[in-house]
Amino acid sequence: MSYSKMSLAKPVMRGLLGKRLRFHLPIAFALSLMAAAAFKFGVTEPRKRAYADFYKNYDATKEFNNMREAGIFESVRPTGK
Amino acid sequence: MLHLKLGRVGCLLTRRAMVALTDSGARLSTHGHHEVSDQLDMSQPIYSDRPDTPLPDRPWKDVLDATDKSLKQKEKGPWSALSKEEKIALYRLKFNHTYPEMKRPSQEWKTVIGGMFFVFGFTGLVVFWQGLYVYPPQPPTFGEDWQAKQVQRMLDMRINPIEGFSAKWDYEKKQWK
Repeated sequence: MSYSKMSLAKPVMRGLLGKRLRFHLPIAFALSLMAAAAFKFGVTEPRKRAYADFYKNYDATKEFNNMREAGIFESVRPTGK
Repeated sequence: MLHLKLGRVGCLLTRRAMVALTDSGARLSTHGHHEVSDQLDMSQPIYSDRPDTPLPDRPWKDVLDATDKSLKQKEKGPWSALSKEEKIALYRLKFNHTYPEMKRPSQEWKTVIGGMFFVFGFTGLVVFWQGLYVYPPQPPTFGEDWQAKQVQRMLDMRINPIEGFSAKWDYEKKQWK
């Protein structure tokens, strides 16, 4: 074997961060947006609907009387005592 | 240094721990080092087979016999004149292990996993014994009756009636949804 030219190609020296950002930032943004959307439509919207449905036909007085009859209050005892 | 003390530790558990610590990397050369005691002379350059240190402080074999010396002389000339065997011999003079030999897989993981499971088992026995002999009697709040009354009271109080506990109870039919 002689001293023949067996050199490797010069590695990339510049623009490494830029290249990484160009690749990863769009992915990061896309995933974040998807996570936000999933949370919005998986959690917050159902929760808002659940609350709206609960309070649509909510009779506070009726609920109070039911709770009173069950005997959980100390300020008002069940009727008949 | 560590591995020289290994044989003196008789206890099973510490031997297992010592085996795990064996890879200190520092080795005595097979040639030429006449240590009076078992101690490594840390004031001299030390050879070590470490993947992160490709060029140790001294060559592996530094007491050379006549053939080695003549080979070293030949090394001073053009390397194209060296045969493949000579190049390998020169490598072996300078280094103990090659990188693949250094990085050879060991069976240590079996000891580690085995030791882990042994500790899990022993811990399980300790926890069981504890449940029998250490814990005080359970409070009354753990009893079946108490728990049933507690659930009824939570429903009466309408705990989390929208999305949580009481939301799962049907107040008309008086049963779980």
